[in-house]
Amino acid sequence: MTAGGTTLSSVARLRREDVDRPVIYVGTGTCGLGAGAAAVLKAVRHALADHPRDADVVEVGCLGLCAHEPMLDVQLPGRARLCFGDATAAKAAVVVHALLDGSPWPELPLFQFRNPAVRPWDGVPFLDEHPFFASQTRWVLENCGLVDPASLEEYVARGGYESYRRVLHEWTPAALCREVERSGLRGRGGGGFLTGRKWRFALETPADQRYLICNADEGDPGAFMDRAVIEGDPYRLLEGLAIAAFGVGASKAYVYIRAEYPLAIARLEHAIARVREAGLLGQDVEGRGVALDIVIKRGAGAFVCGEETALIHSIEGKRGMPRPRPPFPAVKGLFGKPTVINNVETLANLPGLMRRGADAFAAVGTAGSKGTKVFALSGKVRRTGLVEVAMGTRLLQVVGAVGGGVPDGKAFKAVQIGGPSGGCIPASHLDTPIDYESLKALGAMMGSGGLVVMDEDNCMVDVARFFMDFIQRESCGKCIPCREGTRHMLEILEALTRHPRRESESLALERFQGVTCLEQLAGVIQDTSLCGLGQSAPNPVLSTLRWFRDEYEAHVFERRCPAGVCKELLTYSIDPDLCTGCTLCVAQCPSDAIEGEKREPHTIVRERCVACGNCVTVCRRGAVQVS
Amino acid sequence: MVTIEVNGRTVRARAGEMLLGVLRREGVRIPTLCQMDGLEPTGSCRLCAVEVEGRPTLVTSCAAPVEAGMVVRTHSARAVAARRTLVELLLNNHPDDCLYCPRHGDCRLQDLAEELGVRSRRLHGSHTRRARDVSSPAIVRDPEKCVLCGKCVRVCGEIQGVAAIDLTGRGCLARVDTAFGEGLNVSSCINCGQCVMVCPTGALTEHSHIDLVENALGDPELTVVVQCAPSISVTLAELCGELPGQDVDAAMTGLLRRLGFAKVFDTGFSADLTVMEEASELVRRLREGGTLPMFTSCSPGWVKFVETFYPHRIGHLSTCKSPQQMLGAVIKSRWAAQAGVDPHRIFSVAVMPCTAKKFEAARPEMLRGDLNDVDAVLTTRELASLMRRRGLRLGDAPAEHADLPFGTRSGAGKIFGASGGVMEAAVRTAHKLLTGEDPPVLELAGLRGRAGIREMRLAAGGLELGLAVVNGLGHARRLLDEIEAGRDDLHFIEVMTCPGGCLAGGGQPFGAASDAVGARLAALYRVDGRETLRTAHANPAVQELYAEFLGEPLSARSHELLHTRYVERTVLR
Amino acid sequence: MSRTVPSILESHPSAGRDALIPLLQEIQAEHGYIAKDSVTAVGRHLGLPASTIYGVATFYNQFRFQPLGRFHVQVCRGTACHVKGSQGVFETMQRHLGIGPGQTSRDGLFSLEVVACLGACGLAPLICVNGEFHGGVTCASVVRILDRYRAEAAA
Repeated sequence: MTAGGTTLSSVARLRREDVDRPVIYVGTGTCGLGAGAAAVLKAVRHALADHPRDADVVEVGCLGLCAHEPMLDVQLPGRARLCFGDATAAKAAVVVHALLDGSPWPELPLFQFRNPAVRPWDGVPFLDEHPFFASQTRWVLENCGLVDPASLEEYVARGGYESYRRVLHEWTPAALCREVERSGLRGRGGGGFLTGRKWRFALETPADQRYLICNADEGDPGAFMDRAVIEGDPYRLLEGLAIAAFGVGASKAYVYIRAEYPLAIARLEHAIARVREAGLLGQDVEGRGVALDIVIKRGAGAFVCGEETALIHSIEGKRGMPRPRPPFPAVKGLFGKPTVINNVETLANLPGLMRRGADAFAAVGTAGSKGTKVFALSGKVRRTGLVEVAMGTRLLQVVGAVGGGVPDGKAFKAVQIGGPSGGCIPASHLDTPIDYESLKALGAMMGSGGLVVMDEDNCMVDVARFFMDFIQRESCGKCIPCREGTRHMLEILEALTRHPRRESESLALERFQGVTCLEQLAGVIQDTSLCGLGQSAPNPVLSTLRWFRDEYEAHVFERRCPAGVCKELLTYSIDPDLCTGCTLCVAQCPSDAIEGEKREPHTIVRERCVACGNCVTVCRRGAVQVS
Repeated sequence: MVTIEVNGRTVRARAGEMLLGVLRREGVRIPTLCQMDGLEPTGSCRLCAVEVEGRPTLVTSCAAPVEAGMVVRTHSARAVAARRTLVELLLNNHPDDCLYCPRHGDCRLQDLAEELGVRSRRLHGSHTRRARDVSSPAIVRDPEKCVLCGKCVRVCGEIQGVAAIDLTGRGCLARVDTAFGEGLNVSSCINCGQCVMVCPTGALTEHSHIDLVENALGDPELTVVVQCAPSISVTLAELCGELPGQDVDAAMTGLLRRLGFAKVFDTGFSADLTVMEEASELVRRLREGGTLPMFTSCSPGWVKFVETFYPHRIGHLSTCKSPQQMLGAVIKSRWAAQAGVDPHRIFSVAVMPCTAKKFEAARPEMLRGDLNDVDAVLTTRELASLMRRRGLRLGDAPAEHADLPFGTRSGAGKIFGASGGVMEAAVRTAHKLLTGEDPPVLELAGLRGRAGIREMRLAAGGLELGLAVVNGLGHARRLLDEIEAGRDDLHFIEVMTCPGGCLAGGGQPFGAASDAVGARLAALYRVDGRETLRTAHANPAVQELYAEFLGEPLSARSHELLHTRYVERTVLR
Repeated sequence: MSRTVPSILESHPSAGRDALIPLLQEIQAEHGYIAKDSVTAVGRHLGLPASTIYGVATFYNQFRFQPLGRFHVQVCRGTACHVKGSQGVFETMQRHLGIGPGQTSRDGLFSLEVVACLGACGLAPLICVNGEFHGGVTCASVVRILDRYRAEAAA
């Protein structure tokens, strides 16, 4: 019986449109746990244990507003669900008591969830009014942070598995491929290939066995969209996977997930078991003569295994090195059979796509990029987190309105999109719509969805160097252009950020020629690399060169880092007014560059300084000045 | 058939055929580094990249199936510049010691630098440092020179079925290595040197004995003698700029004397000796129910292979030493006594088409007391080097004959260099032992050829013998696995480690075309065909050795000098 | 009591090559690293050469050939963490512990590993010790965190 007196249908109860008794939700995705959600959960349970009023505790995934994790939601019967952010154990106890006793809240909730079936709260903004959520179109992230990710019933109550059932009973694989192709859904892992078309290639290749692989490797540093979806709404992924397997004609599917995601793996294993119990996996699903089984394969730590043929080799128990194409995996892939590899987000789009229909899906987005895209927004931005927007949304909207812009009064410099394969977009082009082609035209790439915001305190040469270092570590080493080419590009970039004193004559000359060399090498690497990792490895360098050439030139010609990041190019001095002569820095200096008697102000001898920064770290008075 | 355009010319090709093959057929030479005939392309080096109209990037021709209407430009400025940069990148991480490198002048990387016009140093990078592995008696690894083409790994694993090495690590730290990076000598390496044969640089070379031999030649206290395998005389001319297929035995003999060897013996002689011992051993096993099938034991790579991977089959190996070792043994016993030379003052050198022979000569089982049967082994390549050091060329010396008593050999002994030759030679004598007669036809065509496994059935003395001839250990594994599975209709199996037989051994010239091996093979059979002395048992020098010294095949003295033992090897495999 | 390698292998009868990585992962999960004997045993079980097994294992970041420290410290060097200063934190940690990435301290207390991205970019810069996340670390706070673990071990 609800507060309003009507009886809740079981579906409505599962959807928690209204609740019989209070429900407390704690966001225990990896982000939440990292921010301290375990302690919050414990405090909630503790507070409830003593309380006379009964309440349910539900662990949910990431709502996406990572900046305010841990998130704590409370839903009272007949009232809208409230969300409190930045929860702590202490705050949790207070909130629980406040809401169950009716006493004043310790603070204003972040927002309330809009729900016509119940009474809203006065003075609390709605979620869809919150600047983080206002511009979002949450199709893939629909359930994340709302539902109990372990509950198949909750997923079904929200329309889950309707699409798959309809597909099984009303569609043929060929028709499904055509429909998905028509919708314009493109691979969300970065490749951007038309999903339905890729399915068709596999379906049309005669074979006794086909495979579907879900790429949950999510290797891009700065990307965590897939993790959040798997932790927050695993059944959506499984339903999408089943739909794709049907379209491809695959009776066996693999989920290749990186070992660094133990919680996601656990949630997925649980979900697969439940789906199997429910008969939605097995030899003859729903009596339609369709077989499907899912195996989880853990990655073993290799970014290159996000590349299709490398991933296949990894599943086959080999070194994760790509191979030439043709033959393409859709024709000859895993164990030599036609194989389709789809990214988590691509698959998670499918249940909604089939529910809305291809036309409705295609109505959102731009001419070439349909539907929505999930981004992981991080870096120098007020509101970091998971963002899902319609394709065509301006980057400015995402960074500014959704992300809240750059904090601490710093100036925006660039947003990196596409991870190590992508590029940076400067302020002058923030007005670009998010669209595969527009981004490529700017020398960047949609990528898997990592968006890292940088401000005036970030050095773009350092950023390029960082990415090249990453690529170097993760290059499989098979082909010369990537293995040796990126190694040399990295050496050039390191030479640009190295202390002037430690150079020989020939290296100084090389530095001047360095930028030209970078561009020439980049071209050959793009032109001859065996796989996408190598082909896109030069992108961050080319992109930063294109938009921030002045920073490169400062490093090259003036031996100066304008952003103050490249430690070895900074000048260190001691402010005599602040220095107490404690000699701590003298002890830490590796090159005996600091002189001074005890209790007398010290000085740094510039000629001997190797710019290691030890003195800055060690000084308790902040007397070491850096410029 | 489809039509494509290459450099403006119309060319026909089979649909789906790889572009590189088409280009080669049309006489368009594209540089390659990782490509291996008969094996799937790996797309590793990217050097064979060409421009194909309509494709966004360059296309590696080794892995590009032709499509109708393809327009290809193989040497456009873009393609050539890309190849040049790739080679520059390799050189950027390569030791700068060409002048001191054993492969100087015969190095694929040097060739590429020249072909692509790399004549100045544009890139100045740091070099990855790695230690050399000199643990193996046969092969030296110098990983700093490795370009990671992967061919050694493929030949060792896919062709030889040994897989002692593999690609390890990742990215710039990737290296070809044994399990756990241990020395080659404690790995499952069998020393065949096929890896050396395919290595484009000096990353893999034979363990050189040239200095050893030169020092010995310069030591007045030592009597330095040399023996040459049958393969050498039909190969050496290639290293002197001649076309393959010439037999230069007499010229080579004269030259060896000029080099300073006191005696020049012919391993063909001891091949005949081996036939006597081995055929007798086979007949004994046949008659007395010994372990069958019997395996030949003259290929030391194969012997180590059995010891490592099939140690329970060691009893199948003939206990006979190889011709190299047999000759070494009789030199330091029979000849030393006859010549009045202290065997400890004899330095016995063998010239072989093989790197595993260096390992064989160093086996502890080949020591009699404190006497080594053979003291040093030179590959065909090393002999050519030694000649160059002494300023000698083929033809400088007059044609001469090998020294007696070990200079007479039959045609059977000569064909020991061919795959199937050992078997044919042994059968010519085994037939005599079983029936009292030579076989009606001395040339056993059923045993000749290049295929990896060849079989023949022979009726002799009321028995029907199942004979098999194998070259390449990958094929040996297949046959061995059949035996493991219960196959029992074979009696005698000849195995040569190297695909193509000893003529294609690990010590032969680099970069020879496959028809060179064919030409060498034809030369061997030509020599046999022209001989009057065609069988080991008719060799008067062999008969004399038995009559005056050994007694008879398988006698006590024969066993002491000419037979050996094997040992199970427990290594990471 | 951890499962022995033979018992792990026994639970994967008639395993093919595609079981290689999962087997190595199971063995490392039980024993903390891959020993030489494990490589031999796996090779025998799957019919693969030791060099192949070693070649596969050394390709992936995850596999270790030496035991871990009591506290396994993973430092995230993803983009967001880098942009927020993880490099300085990492250098401080190396100095403080006296070890580099992939190494274990001599007293067996700490081992250090660089991870490309832990996927918790909202908490950048981030380290993870035995599965416990510590977000928003600075050079100063990371030293305090490490010392706390050291004290815990001494207690």
